[in-house]
Amino acid sequence: MTVAPDARGAKESAMNAPVTLYVPRDTAALAVGADAVADAIERQAASRGLAVRIVRNGSRGLLWLEALVEVATPRGRVAYGPVQPEDVAGLFDSGWLAGGAHPLGHGPTEDIPYLKNQERLTFARVGVIDPLSPADYERHGGLAGLRRALDMDAAAIVAEITASGLRGRGGAAFPAGIKWKTALEAQGEQKYIVCNADEGDSGTYADRLLMEGDPYVLIEGMAIAGLAVQATHGYIYVRSEYPQAIAVLQEAIARARRAGWLGDDILGRGRRFDLEVRVGAGAYICGEETSLLESLEGKRGVVRAKPPLPAVAGLFGRPTVINNVITLASVPGILDKGAAHYRDYGVGRSQGTLPFQLAGNLRQGGLVEKAFGLTLRELLYDFGGGSASGRPLRAVQVGGPLGAYLPESQWDIPLDYEAYAKAGAMIGHGGLVAFDDTVDMTRMARFAMEFCAVESCGKCTPCRIGSTRGVEVIDRIRAGGADRERQVHLLRDLCDTMLSGSLCALGGMTPYPVMSALDHFPEDFGAQPTEAPAQAA
Amino acid sequence: MSRPPISDLASTAGARGGEQAVSTAAASDPTIAAAARIASGQRHVPGALLPILHAIQAELGCIPPAAVQTVAETLNLSRAEVHGVITFYPHFRSAPAGRHVIEICRAESCQAMGGDRLAEHARGRLGCDFHGTTADGGVTLEPVYCLGLCAQSPNVAMDGRAHARMTPEKLDRLLAQARAA
Repeated sequence: MTVAPDARGAKESAMNAPVTLYVPRDTAALAVGADAVADAIERQAASRGLAVRIVRNGSRGLLWLEALVEVATPRGRVAYGPVQPEDVAGLFDSGWLAGGAHPLGHGPTEDIPYLKNQERLTFARVGVIDPLSPADYERHGGLAGLRRALDMDAAAIVAEITASGLRGRGGAAFPAGIKWKTALEAQGEQKYIVCNADEGDSGTYADRLLMEGDPYVLIEGMAIAGLAVQATHGYIYVRSEYPQAIAVLQEAIARARRAGWLGDDILGRGRRFDLEVRVGAGAYICGEETSLLESLEGKRGVVRAKPPLPAVAGLFGRPTVINNVITLASVPGILDKGAAHYRDYGVGRSQGTLPFQLAGNLRQGGLVEKAFGLTLRELLYDFGGGSASGRPLRAVQVGGPLGAYLPESQWDIPLDYEAYAKAGAMIGHGGLVAFDDTVDMTRMARFAMEFCAVESCGKCTPCRIGSTRGVEVIDRIRAGGADRERQVHLLRDLCDTMLSGSLCALGGMTPYPVMSALDHFPEDFGAQPTEAPAQAA
Repeated sequence: MSRPPISDLASTAGARGGEQAVSTAAASDPTIAAAARIASGQRHVPGALLPILHAIQAELGCIPPAAVQTVAETLNLSRAEVHGVITFYPHFRSAPAGRHVIEICRAESCQAMGGDRLAEHARGRLGCDFHGTTADGGVTLEPVYCLGLCAQSPNVAMDGRAHARMTPEKLDRLLAQARAA
């Protein structure tokens, strides 16, 4: 929060102009003691008679450096991290308020290669601004997209999004413009915009970083979506595991209303759009769009059969645009800078940028927003710095619990949706979880089936029953013995049934991690070197 | 229009003069009174059931079976429908947790960084399994599938506050601090 200048502040600054420090309030920083660091800075500054002003920003996404403290100096913001409360006295001793050298120092934040080598479009403001300051948001280019959208008719906004090539960033990669066009053309007195913020995939945290670090960009994106399809009400469905994101969004929505960015008269232009946060309750399946809609309606999160598409009959049976956080947050930039600017990033039909999320056994985990087309190897080594354990990396799961495990032979495939699909994998939400050579791939395959069994909504048989049978079959394979080969055959058969017979991606894609583990790491399943087929599901 | 008082509260009483039954019951039981207040305050919210259940759990620490009837009647749902929703979502609990809740992430990223070892340590230290509570009622152990801190695995949450880069030693300190508080 910005500190309002008061009489006392003015008097202090007369003696000694306060130095601004940034201490993130993102969960990633709070979880490693950022509040205690902020307290320690206040105390040290007071005892030394130095004036400081602390801004609680979002995270820069350099997560191995959290808590990353930045000091605003005449030569720009200078980074120190990871800072623990006990480091603070030493940092003051080495003159960090003037950007002084210290073992935890990294120089100007913008020059850190991890950050400098990114293409931050959607995350341009995250970690830079005070997330809850409307003034900060506008000063850094906020609202320009909404202002332009207010001058356009609905079809023109949809055309702009279509032309940008933006595809759903939640994992399915469906073209956003086509979804919006369907909703615009659907008849209905009431239409809705729903933001899917049920980010349940392990290895993903981009939605959370964005909601906590730049909530207004999501609000602005949803308002633009509202104008584009003539919807007047929106919901953000956030998982209950994200209490900080929920608190930040609720406060941001309240402030956006007061500022006239939401409500009955958006920016004084007579258009209506309002928004509320709804909280999930721990069910992974509610990240599936139709299940999420059921949950919003107050029901069990049981998947719906499609058609009808949500864009035609969605929430409460009304035409509904449901998009992921990153999709909606990419919209203001596209409206502001134009479709071509966004489309010019990326390769083939994978246009724009994707915030990749580096997780698991990596030395430098964090968020890397890059245009499509780079490789996993670049992410793992150039950004990630190799394994955290120091052992060789062996397998990388890309795209969450329903994504394939990729062996080193596949780490040079360009990261674009089509190239990955061709390799029997998927990019999904852009999360990647790295494992070193101690991983037992039969355990990971078993976990995939077990997770599906726990999280299945129960509506369709291949998912509900198949996942439990899958755990049993993998257990028999793990036990080895004469029956092993028959059980492997059975597992492939079962995966085939789940793949083609399930109602949604949970049952339909659980075979990806299972089959990729079996195909690419057959030695873990006790196979002889000759029997592995080349291609995953 | 007056109706005879209803003694059978087993099903969709909303259509059978349920509010009267609720108000009678509310007068006698504080749990039901709280549930009735929360539910009637939000009954006109579209898709009200989840917000109501969250509010009840926030106030009472769980959603007691006695509250189900009240919520069902207020929303004109069957008791089975409300029960079905409560049991579908892992976040909702029907019985109170221990004084503290420790959630340990069991997902892939934390597994890649020793999450299984951490979970084993917690089980041994607390003497209970997942979904269980220590004998003294002090700590409930729950699994969680991802806290969104996957670059800083393994992670836990103590009473809803996340702690990253967890080790067995740090977990012991966290548990000791919680118990001392």
